[in-house]
Amino acid sequence: MNNNTVQRGERSTWSWWYLLFLIQFVAVLWPPFYNKMEPTLIGLPFFYWYQLACVVLAAVLTAIIYVITER
Amino acid sequence: MHDVKWVALIIFVLLFGFITWLGFAAAHWRKGDLDQLHEWGLAGRRFGTLVTWFLVGGDLYTAYTFIAVPALAFGAGAVAFFAVPYTIVVYPLLFLVFPRLWHVCHKHGYITAGDFVRGRFGNRWLALAITVTGIVATMPYIALQLVGLQVVLGGLGLSGTGIAADMPLIIAFLILAAFTYSSGLRAPASIAIVKDILIYITAFTAVIVIPIQLGGFGKIFAGVPHELTLLKPPGPNTTGAYGAYATLALGSALALLLYPHSLTAIMSASSGRTVRRNAALLPGYSFMLGLLALVGFFAIGAGVSKLPEFAAGFKEFGNNYAVPALFLHSFPEWFVGVAFAAIGIGALVPAAIMSIAAANLYTRNIHREFINRNPTDKQEAQLAKWVSLIVKAGALVFILFVPTKFAIYLQLLGGIWIIQTLPALVIGAYTRWFDDWALLVGWAVGTYAGTAMAISQELKPTYPLKLGGMTLPGYTAFYTLLLNLAVVVVLTFVFRAMRGRQPVADQTVPSDYYA
Repeated sequence: MNNNTVQRGERSTWSWWYLLFLIQFVAVLWPPFYNKMEPTLIGLPFFYWYQLACVVLAAVLTAIIYVITER
Repeated sequence: MHDVKWVALIIFVLLFGFITWLGFAAAHWRKGDLDQLHEWGLAGRRFGTLVTWFLVGGDLYTAYTFIAVPALAFGAGAVAFFAVPYTIVVYPLLFLVFPRLWHVCHKHGYITAGDFVRGRFGNRWLALAITVTGIVATMPYIALQLVGLQVVLGGLGLSGTGIAADMPLIIAFLILAAFTYSSGLRAPASIAIVKDILIYITAFTAVIVIPIQLGGFGKIFAGVPHELTLLKPPGPNTTGAYGAYATLALGSALALLLYPHSLTAIMSASSGRTVRRNAALLPGYSFMLGLLALVGFFAIGAGVSKLPEFAAGFKEFGNNYAVPALFLHSFPEWFVGVAFAAIGIGALVPAAIMSIAAANLYTRNIHREFINRNPTDKQEAQLAKWVSLIVKAGALVFILFVPTKFAIYLQLLGGIWIIQTLPALVIGAYTRWFDDWALLVGWAVGTYAGTAMAISQELKPTYPLKLGGMTLPGYTAFYTLLLNLAVVVVLTFVFRAMRGRQPVADQTVPSDYYA
């Protein structure tokens, strides 16, 4: 991403790093992955803590994409 | 409902008094000339990362959300958690599309979605369709905020007969109307900071304190009926609850940012980079929303619906009373005041932004386009202020005189309607390939089909689509968006073939879409 000559407007071009966003789409939009009780975390069924964990994952992925594409 | 909770009420009133002062004082914050529409209605596009975070968070995660999502968990179980994937997949969209829209709007002085579509596609009727959809979808949303407020006022024990019963709501509304009129978008932005801090305190306290009282998550979920704990696995020849869950999440995410109040909050950011940063930071709210959804299960675990002191509240507000009842049951009264104030103030922030957004739309894309083509800046800003009052008064009248369920139905239909603006607004941010009349027909087909499908299902959000022997229950808004897109693509080819190659109207050039 950084080997392009730096110009104003370089960010408008496609970045392959954006494909990282697909991870969070697949992770939460396919319920068979996580529609189960076990393993529980501090008593919380998997269904719930997994999706809460995905929120954190999504934030981290977005931050990574931001840092890489912004430079 | 007969006994007023005095301690909670006093805390509630004090916090309300504070944000009222803040709302008026906000007029002087990053001072601008409030006689200009972009100053009143977009706060001069000067908000940095942190203020934008509070503003967009306070705007998208509304009081009604905090009441209704746990209420859905309380009544229907696991499906309510779709709010979490919904608010996960919305942020890539914010990251990729909205900085482009921010830049083009900044460059050309566009304030509304209608402004952008008018400039991009040069078709005033398409812009009108986008504008009317935005206003119509927003109105019931404002009304639902007042429902959220009504529920916590009920929880405080404020009741009466006739006009006295509605007095607290009317007072709260007058406060809201007055500071929005005088300070514009600066008011909800400053209040959002207070509101969000209170909401975070409430949410984290609730998910720590209540499970301890109830003996831990394991014990709570052991008490939840099994069919509510997980989604029902689909039978043969259907995608069942799985398809519904995923399309509800994806469709809601696609619709959310198209609402005028979302766009207004995003456009008030100081740069496209601010918008991108917020895509990484806003999931903080999603996490909290997930925690609050769990509170619905706590309410089941605590058995609040069976306690006699809450019977009247449940009778009046239905499952929406689950959260207030649980808080009253679990918290000391002073903290109930804090929690209820968080929800109550949480109603005012989005209601203010929504009314500003609707006012901007009317002023720019109906009045200026069709009634008075050359208003002065001052006339334009003044008109928007008046329209914001009218919009809120309409929502108040609706809540006072029409049963709440109609506001909920209309809000559901609003989601189906607003998603039909996606091809022009979101795909339009990337390409001018679509024909403007094709977009208009696609919008009309999607709106009509979505409304008819929703009515055929007695206004449930999902529609059981039959396809080659399979039944695919899914979010109606999502299905009709696909239909809309198909119509737009086909008709674009047809219209091009009929008309031949002609230059298209477009005020914008590709370099307008990035820094």
